[in-house]
Amino acid sequence: MTDDNKPVDEHSGLQTTGHSWDGISELNNPLPRWWLYTWYITIGIAVIYMILMPAIPALPGLGTNTPGLRNHSDRDNVSLAISEMQQKRQSDATALLDASLRDIETDRDLQQFALAMGESLFGDNCATCHGAGGRGAKGYPVLADDIWLWDGTLEGIETTLRHGIRHEEDEDTRFSAMPRFGQDGFLTAAQISDLTEYVLHLSDRSDDPEAVERASGNWVAQCSSCHGDQGKGDRTQGAPDLTDADWLFGDSKRDIFDTIYHARNSHMPAWEGRLDDASIKALAVYVHSLGGGE
Amino acid sequence: MTQATTSDNQADSGGAVSHSDLYAKRKQIYPKLAHGRFRLVKWIVMAVTLTVYYAVPWIRWDRGEGIPDQAVLADFASEKFYFFFIEIWPQEAYYLAGLLILAALALFLVTSLLGRVWCGYTCPQTVWTDLYIWIERAFEGDRAARMRLDKSPLGFNKLWRKLGKHAAWLFIAFWTGGAFILYWHDAPTVAQGWLSGEAPLSAYWFAGILTLTTYFLAGTMREQVCTYMCPWPRIQGALTDEHALNVTYRYDRGEPRGPKRKTESWEGRGDCIDCNQCVQVCPMGIDIRNGSQLECIHCALCIDACDEMMVRVDRPTGLIAYDTEIAVAARSEGKPPPRVRLVRMRTALYAGLIVAIGALMLFGLMSKATYEVNVLKDRSPPFVRLSNGDIQNGYALKLVNKSTAARKMSVSITGVDNAELKVVGLESEEMMRFIVPVAAHGVDRYRVLVVVPAASDISTINFVISDLDTGEEITNRVPFQSGER
Repeated sequence: MTDDNKPVDEHSGLQTTGHSWDGISELNNPLPRWWLYTWYITIGIAVIYMILMPAIPALPGLGTNTPGLRNHSDRDNVSLAISEMQQKRQSDATALLDASLRDIETDRDLQQFALAMGESLFGDNCATCHGAGGRGAKGYPVLADDIWLWDGTLEGIETTLRHGIRHEEDEDTRFSAMPRFGQDGFLTAAQISDLTEYVLHLSDRSDDPEAVERASGNWVAQCSSCHGDQGKGDRTQGAPDLTDADWLFGDSKRDIFDTIYHARNSHMPAWEGRLDDASIKALAVYVHSLGGGE
Repeated sequence: MTQATTSDNQADSGGAVSHSDLYAKRKQIYPKLAHGRFRLVKWIVMAVTLTVYYAVPWIRWDRGEGIPDQAVLADFASEKFYFFFIEIWPQEAYYLAGLLILAALALFLVTSLLGRVWCGYTCPQTVWTDLYIWIERAFEGDRAARMRLDKSPLGFNKLWRKLGKHAAWLFIAFWTGGAFILYWHDAPTVAQGWLSGEAPLSAYWFAGILTLTTYFLAGTMREQVCTYMCPWPRIQGALTDEHALNVTYRYDRGEPRGPKRKTESWEGRGDCIDCNQCVQVCPMGIDIRNGSQLECIHCALCIDACDEMMVRVDRPTGLIAYDTEIAVAARSEGKPPPRVRLVRMRTALYAGLIVAIGALMLFGLMSKATYEVNVLKDRSPPFVRLSNGDIQNGYALKLVNKSTAARKMSVSITGVDNAELKVVGLESEEMMRFIVPVAAHGVDRYRVLVVVPAASDISTINFVISDLDTGEEITNRVPFQSGER
């Protein structure tokens, strides 16, 4: 690295690079040997890596990137890992398959296993709509409270999970269909406005007794067959209680008007077939433990 | 602090560093065998420390059913650290921090009293290097023989000596690495599994790493580890002072030095006869007569070497000895040396801190509860309004049982009227009181729900968890949320 033609710095006696900026010249110290050798080694490793691993992206004329001698593929590894995990879960979960839901919830070991499994499954599959811990959102019911449109028992939750809600491909799905009273022309907007007052009056929130009076005929004719005379709802028909403080699609006058005019009829997919039986059972126990299980 | 005693012996002080210096090759050091009391002390310390290292994992300590009975064990699989009667759980890692702080302070204290005795006698690098030099000497002879052998052309004699030395080194390195893994697993099990190929992969991996590091650090790198790799020599400069008893060349007595014939008089000259014995025995390859140096590990072998010569030339021993900078400086000015002060501000502070932290840790260990309670409130949902307007909060209750027996704990809440407590999967015993079983020596988790009437305006509740048998009771105050805040 030394070159006899290079100028020498008079203070240190060392060679300089010969470049000078504003009279400051750089000493031509060699790189530390350990550093240099480490650098050479990394170059060697890079070459070996390029031979063994996928390194060169698809070039024109080549269909794909170079696979490398080791034929490594992260994509394949991930799917392999997922199938391995599923197999492992399957074998760990046979205990869940044989036990009843009640047994799973009361047996310490089974419960711990099911809750741990359910928590991760819930995060992966359910929390997108229902929120972490089942906190719910507008249109997606809270799973941690004691208000259940269909059934809040262990078995009921399992059925809902398996068959979904208004999941038309599943014969056993939970089903109810409120008519689109305004949209389909059964009632006029004025009538629906009055009915909205009537619904508000069920939870003592109406300030227009005349409108309530006008709507009472329509309530009996159109609504009470499903929601009940007092508006208490009916689980067997999937009709919600209209007297409580829980409103899935909002409790404002505008929200209720829209619900009657357009109807809501939201969906939950059937999980049978997507998740294995043990996973569904674990999820049922987990959802039941969130706070509102019956 | 370096005392420049003789100008001619100072190695090229300052000046230009040429390229060849930057890439200077390491000069092989051939330490000569010393004889004397410090060499004896070092042999004893080596025997004791090596025995401790190899024997400790085999000491058994009965802790009860289902718990490892190894006296010293870092059990990573079940996240516990055992040290005789002490058992440390992951959430008590501050005891480990305390232990490390104590170790550091002890090192500080010893350094300010006696210089680098840690480096010179007990540091594993020193102990294993000493052991390796002993083996080297057994195969290749002492300093002069080794230097001759290295210069001689490769022949049968050189070959078998070198091969034998490296084989013996590797053998010791292998046993060093092998013993290390015994501290992380049950020693008899892992030793048996190791030989039959059934031990965990990490055991082979770490044994391999330790084998190689031992072989290279003690066999070929030696003093370079202390001089270039270890941070201690740098820290040491801040910890030692002119009152510390260091291995010191008493230049007041030794200078002017020079070779001396028997017939010559001692009049007008120093006691140092420039025999170079102190340099030849030095495992760091330095000259102690240049004063205290970064490289010096204070192994005191030069004291032994010098004393031997002083006896031979009929002069008092102790030309090189444990002494303080100020004492030597005072004597060289003709003043009486000041008394060695062991109790100084610095040492008193270190000792005080050691006692205080040690007492704190001991108190903590003695008064450690046999169980621990963690109540973690759900973050989502923060609270739930039930159909009747009541407010419900969800909690994860974690019961840590550190005793070796299964227990029954009673769980109840206080601090709010008409509150309702539910433990998922359990039936209430009586008025809002649950009996939860807790497995021996482990952590149990329960899901707990608390329902409070809508009107109660509270922000905290108390969980009371008590052991049904011993009556030990822990109250845990946790937040209760009843509205968006």
